[in-house]
Amino acid sequence: MSLQSYLILAAIVFCIGLFGVVTRRNTVGILLGIELMLNAVNINLIAFSRFAGSTLGMVFSVFTICITVSEAAIGLAIVILLFRVRKTVMADHLDLLKG
Amino acid sequence: MTVDARTLTLAALLLPAAAFLILAIVAPLRRGGRPAAYLSVLFAAAALGAAILSWRAHAGGAVTRLVWEWLPAKGMTLATVGVLADADSTVMLTLVALVAFLVQLYSLGYLHDEPPAALGRYYTYQSLFAFSMMALVLAPNFVQLFIAWELVGLCSYLLIGFWYQKPEAARAAVKAFWTTKAGDVGLLIGIVLLWRQAGTFDLLEMRAMVASGALPAAGLSIITFCIYLGAVGKSAQFPLHVWLPDAMEGPTPVSALIHAATMVTAGVYMLHRTSWLFALTPDVLLIVCWIGAFTALLAAVLACVQDDIKRVLAYSTVSQLGYMMAAIGAGVSAAGFLHLLTHGLFKALLFLGAGAVIHAVGSNDLPRMGGLAKRMPQTAMVFVIGTLSLAGIPLFAGYISKEGILGATLGGHMTGPFILLMIVAFLTAFYMFRVVFLAFFAGPPKGGPHESGPHDGHHAPHDPSFTMLLPLWILAFLSLAVGVSSTVVGRVLLFGPGVTEAAEHEVAPGWLTPAAIGVALAGIALAWLVYQARSIDADKLAAAFGPIRRAAIAKFWIDDLFEGVFGFALFAFSRFVGWIDRYLVDGVLNMVSAWTVISGDAIRSIQTGRAQDYVYGVAVGVLILILWMRWAIA
Repeated sequence: MSLQSYLILAAIVFCIGLFGVVTRRNTVGILLGIELMLNAVNINLIAFSRFAGSTLGMVFSVFTICITVSEAAIGLAIVILLFRVRKTVMADHLDLLKG
Repeated sequence: MTVDARTLTLAALLLPAAAFLILAIVAPLRRGGRPAAYLSVLFAAAALGAAILSWRAHAGGAVTRLVWEWLPAKGMTLATVGVLADADSTVMLTLVALVAFLVQLYSLGYLHDEPPAALGRYYTYQSLFAFSMMALVLAPNFVQLFIAWELVGLCSYLLIGFWYQKPEAARAAVKAFWTTKAGDVGLLIGIVLLWRQAGTFDLLEMRAMVASGALPAAGLSIITFCIYLGAVGKSAQFPLHVWLPDAMEGPTPVSALIHAATMVTAGVYMLHRTSWLFALTPDVLLIVCWIGAFTALLAAVLACVQDDIKRVLAYSTVSQLGYMMAAIGAGVSAAGFLHLLTHGLFKALLFLGAGAVIHAVGSNDLPRMGGLAKRMPQTAMVFVIGTLSLAGIPLFAGYISKEGILGATLGGHMTGPFILLMIVAFLTAFYMFRVVFLAFFAGPPKGGPHESGPHDGHHAPHDPSFTMLLPLWILAFLSLAVGVSSTVVGRVLLFGPGVTEAAEHEVAPGWLTPAAIGVALAGIALAWLVYQARSIDADKLAAAFGPIRRAAIAKFWIDDLFEGVFGFALFAFSRFVGWIDRYLVDGVLNMVSAWTVISGDAIRSIQTGRAQDYVYGVAVGVLILILWMRWAIA
């Protein structure tokens, strides 16, 4: 398989994730979308690492996975706090930024 | 002599400046009033001494030129400051120093009741004026002349508005400032044009150029006319004479110093100083002569109908300035300068005398005076001496100079102005003796202020105190001394060679002297008949001159005309500017703000407040960026 296939896969995953982030009403769904986008990045890192023959990308992807986990934990905590305060986790109800 | 002429001249110039600086900087001294006055008077006296010595040193024809580089330019000096002392400038210097000193001395008594701070302010201005006027007189070039010219204008403004709480005084000060400024614009333009033509501001260098014929004559008429405009404003020539009568709102000593003896004569003095330049442009001289004679007549007619003693004197000053201008226009500027000097003496005397009367009676109104000769014999005596001088009676100062002017206009073949000036001589004698008879000799008015008025609460009008009488007597003595010596000797040896020229120029026919004296005596006789003997009814006389009299009382509508024209022009211009402001400036601003509001309203709908929309925007933005970069690189 060529590098291009991996990159296309990563791009598809990234776009699915972005689609989820932009369209999901549920905050948890948005978090899932973000996870997808980060994993698309991971795919890229691993693919480049593999084809470049360097382990640097793998090291980075390990870091990214760790950060993703922490982000998911914090994100979910924020969602729970949000639910306690606003009694909702629907993203389109959270429009305090409206101008 | 251990002290040379340069030091003396500089001392005369810088002593008032020192007094001004001390008073301006040391505020407690200035606010102290009397000490400030004594300091200023002391410095003025010292300046007078230095000026007299400087005059004696230069009267023989010696010339001292002392200049410092002031505005250096590429390889040359654009302007210098310094002094140019010769026979003419030092005699003028002496006149300025003398009148300034006497007026300051006189003011000690006249402004006795002023609060200390105001008195200190007054003497600060007085010192500044003395310095500015001397700097003008001694100016070696046009730049210093112009600066000093503006400075004396400023001092005039400040001193006319000395009682600035009075609205008329504040108004008169502004009027004087603006009217003279109108002429000063011309002067400035003239100076710059002249510099372009001659390449120098320096009077002596310019004179050398004129003498050697190096000065191109093309366009010189415009230049001299522009310079003459400055003199029109400053020396109150028609049609810019309107400010001088109003300037009488200032304290009387100020009128004596600035608006009779020195500042208003600056225009005449400047024309005399540059007479070699004006001699190149006979067409402008013709204008100068006619305007001068016309101004003299106009002001003399106006003086006949005034009831305010100071206004009579003010119009008389305008009239006499017209006389001087007429002489300059006739090409004999020395005659004008001689009249300037004698006029400085006796007009200052008349003003100070009028000040004494006003001080005693508490009013400027002639009908409220009368019979003052008995109560104020000394004032009456000096006032009559001044009046006889002004009327041009032999043995008094005005005689020789006035006749010199009449001879000059006749000698210059200016028959029209000569006839006007003869009429003016008659009117001058008439209106001045009208004042004398009304104020001093005619019976006191019924219910006048010194009969039963409030000013008579505890004392009747009386001669003023010593500090006020001394200047009066000094000026009266000088008027007499100059008059007697010149009448008897027949030549004005007193004033040095520059002025004696006037007498030598004179090619007047023999009938001139009796004619001049005759019209003066006729004027006096008429005044006596009307106001003293009352054998001619003043009202009938007035009725005989009905339309002229009414026109004169309305000041020939010149003030109204100016007010109307300038009022209308200013109003129209203001409306125009207002329109620009309201519709153009404001319009652009309103349009910009309206567009901002409308576009803001339109754009705010994309601000949904949902984070997801923003993420969407960011993603689209990044996409566009990437595409654009690919397209740009390809």
